[in-house]
Amino acid sequence: MTDKTMTPDEAVARLHSGMTVGIGGWGSRRKPMALVRALLRSEITDLTVVSYGGPDIGLLAAAGRIRKLVTAFVTLDSIPLEPHFRTARQSGTVELTEIDEAMFMWGLHAAANRLPFLPVRAGIGSDVMRVNPSLRTVTSPYEDGEEFVAAPALRLDAALVHMNRADRLGNGQYLGPDPYFDDLFCEAADTAYVSCEQVVETAELTKEAPPQSLLLQRQYVTGVIETPNGAHYTSCAPDYDRDEAFQRLYAATPWAEFAERFLSGDEKAYQCAVHAWHEEQR
Amino acid sequence: MIACAETWRDNGEILASPMGTVPGIGARLAKHTFSPDLLLTDGEALLVALDGTPEGWLPYRRHLAMVTGGRRHVMMGASQIDRFGNQNISCVGDWRQPSRQLLGVRGAPVNTLNNPTSYWIPRHSPRVFVDRVDMVCGVGYDSAAAAGPSARRYHRIPRVVTGLAVLDFDTADHSMRLAALHPGVTAAQVQEATGFALTVPRDVPYTREPSAEELRLIREVIDPDGLRDREVGS
Repeated sequence: MTDKTMTPDEAVARLHSGMTVGIGGWGSRRKPMALVRALLRSEITDLTVVSYGGPDIGLLAAAGRIRKLVTAFVTLDSIPLEPHFRTARQSGTVELTEIDEAMFMWGLHAAANRLPFLPVRAGIGSDVMRVNPSLRTVTSPYEDGEEFVAAPALRLDAALVHMNRADRLGNGQYLGPDPYFDDLFCEAADTAYVSCEQVVETAELTKEAPPQSLLLQRQYVTGVIETPNGAHYTSCAPDYDRDEAFQRLYAATPWAEFAERFLSGDEKAYQCAVHAWHEEQR
Repeated sequence: MIACAETWRDNGEILASPMGTVPGIGARLAKHTFSPDLLLTDGEALLVALDGTPEGWLPYRRHLAMVTGGRRHVMMGASQIDRFGNQNISCVGDWRQPSRQLLGVRGAPVNTLNNPTSYWIPRHSPRVFVDRVDMVCGVGYDSAAAAGPSARRYHRIPRVVTGLAVLDFDTADHSMRLAALHPGVTAAQVQEATGFALTVPRDVPYTREPSAEELRLIREVIDPDGLRDREVGS
């Protein structure tokens, strides 16, 4: 059986500029932030990013790594508007494909099922159609003859997601209340990299949690990366809540200053810098 | 509060999906009193009873199925709204390079085509009630009509509740109408705060006052910390 464990930098070394990358989680919840930070340390750029956006988008946009973003929103949840995403949009530096939450979901489903599109009753009548002139509609072949948006498949070169636990083979477990769409991201992708709070033996996964918590199946997973606190500063219930104080710092600090203090070293240096900042706040 | 609660009257066994503090209090008030069968969420992935007891699981993907299945009545916010109920939460200015980037369309396009969508707008002003929204996120009556039968089939905007009044679209062309005034507000004040001409019926009723029991529920049970006052400044 294949041991898929690797470091964040080894995972990112398998990606390259110009790829289409899906990022799991939702808003400022269970984002694979350690993998995003590893991306920031690399030279990779010109990315098409597909995400229900949170600070993953803010960080990558501020660092100039995103060419095109496919999303329905970008938010920090407790802080409604993402400052770096706003700056990127208002200065026109990021190309946006703005679609509805449901169109996004069905686009992932289509990709996971190797279909070119799936029909969805969303989008028509809204300006989603105006700002995405390449979107097509499809007419029901049955008696109703209704017209729907043909949500195009969101096929990904790579998916990045964060789980509570995983085994070395790539079976991934979430212990929080919501799977978000992380399994779909992995199934829609050619390669998937799963960071997690803890790598455990396969038998440990179901010792205290039900099998329904096994969200990701290993046949869709390329790499497993153990990164404790790796979703920081987003939430990773039940292991930890969002670091609201740090998120406020992120939102209020000029990018260069934030990057200099927290993102100039490796993941361990990041976690140490965050710890030191919290000590200063006492 | 009462006008928000009334939004879910006679809705039966569906999900009341409030965005914002006052709609949230309204939904719970409705469930406490005249609409006991409503479903509520904890704001995350659980369906909960009024005392917080979990009674179901509703992660985002099941929530989206609930939207398209129609067993939901959402009350959303709006950064801009126009006379036919087109709503914008995406951006202000030209979409290609907006002067102010907001949240994004979120689920507004799918909401408005599939389940009843009402709006809560605490600050009623001409900046929000505009002649034409910069980006149609929530679909209005004219846009749904132009998009065809599939868009019209389940499209419904029951009401828009603001800090001044209740508005609806009960007119021949589905344009916005003044349905009720909050006590102490005049029709002229509402028109003044609206960036387009409203239909104003001859006799506009006032929003009903809360009963003593409703006041007790709001003050002692639902919102003892007075969070409602932060959203509306009076």
